[in-house]
Amino acid sequence: MKMFRVTREPIDLQELVRCVTDPSAGAIATFIGTTRNNNEGRKVIALDYEAYPEMAEKELARIGEEAKRKWQIERMAITHRIGPVQITEPSVIIAVSAAHRDDAFQACRFAIEEIKKTVPIWKKEVFEGGEVWIGTQTGQPLPGR
Amino acid sequence: MTIKVKFFAILRERAGAGEITKEIEEGSTVADLWEALKKDYPGLAPVATRLLYAVNQNYVKPDYALKERDEVVFIPPVSGGSK
Repeated sequence: MKMFRVTREPIDLQELVRCVTDPSAGAIATFIGTTRNNNEGRKVIALDYEAYPEMAEKELARIGEEAKRKWQIERMAITHRIGPVQITEPSVIIAVSAAHRDDAFQACRFAIEEIKKTVPIWKKEVFEGGEVWIGTQTGQPLPGR
Repeated sequence: MTIKVKFFAILRERAGAGEITKEIEEGSTVADLWEALKKDYPGLAPVATRLLYAVNQNYVKPDYALKERDEVVFIPPVSGGSK
């Protein structure tokens, strides 16, 4: 499996954990971003993610490289789902292995924050009564069609 | 010169197209291209949000000088992951 990828299929946590499992690691940290049923007072039915896939995978890999420079980690894997994602389902999973837990936790936190800044993946929120593209860089919902 | 442009998310909906080619004058910048496209696709004009520019899958500045066959993507605010 590619360590940094986008996929239309449901994400398997165990698969990512296997990818980062390493004999010299004493810790594996994971983060799962899931779809919740409400946002800013709206009743959310589903999220629909769209990516510029080639660049998104490149940017995810860049985040992995940057994390390796900043912390003592062994391996990192990130999978981001695209297409419709139902309530409770994961949209993104990050797994990081490191000799020690502090590096694993910090690199994992760094990765999710960076994903939101630079990776070309967009989220459309489908809620009761409409839909809206969410722009979290500005914190403002963009007007839909 | 001919430039390949891909639209995603809100811009794809507003343009009504996912991928197009655009003829533009030599020496044009990526910001010039956006101005030209707003005339071709009036639906893009009301997109007031801050855009980033990517050429051949790398972020570039607005004054990036385009070259024949560059692939350009205009990137509205991204929102990968979950809040």
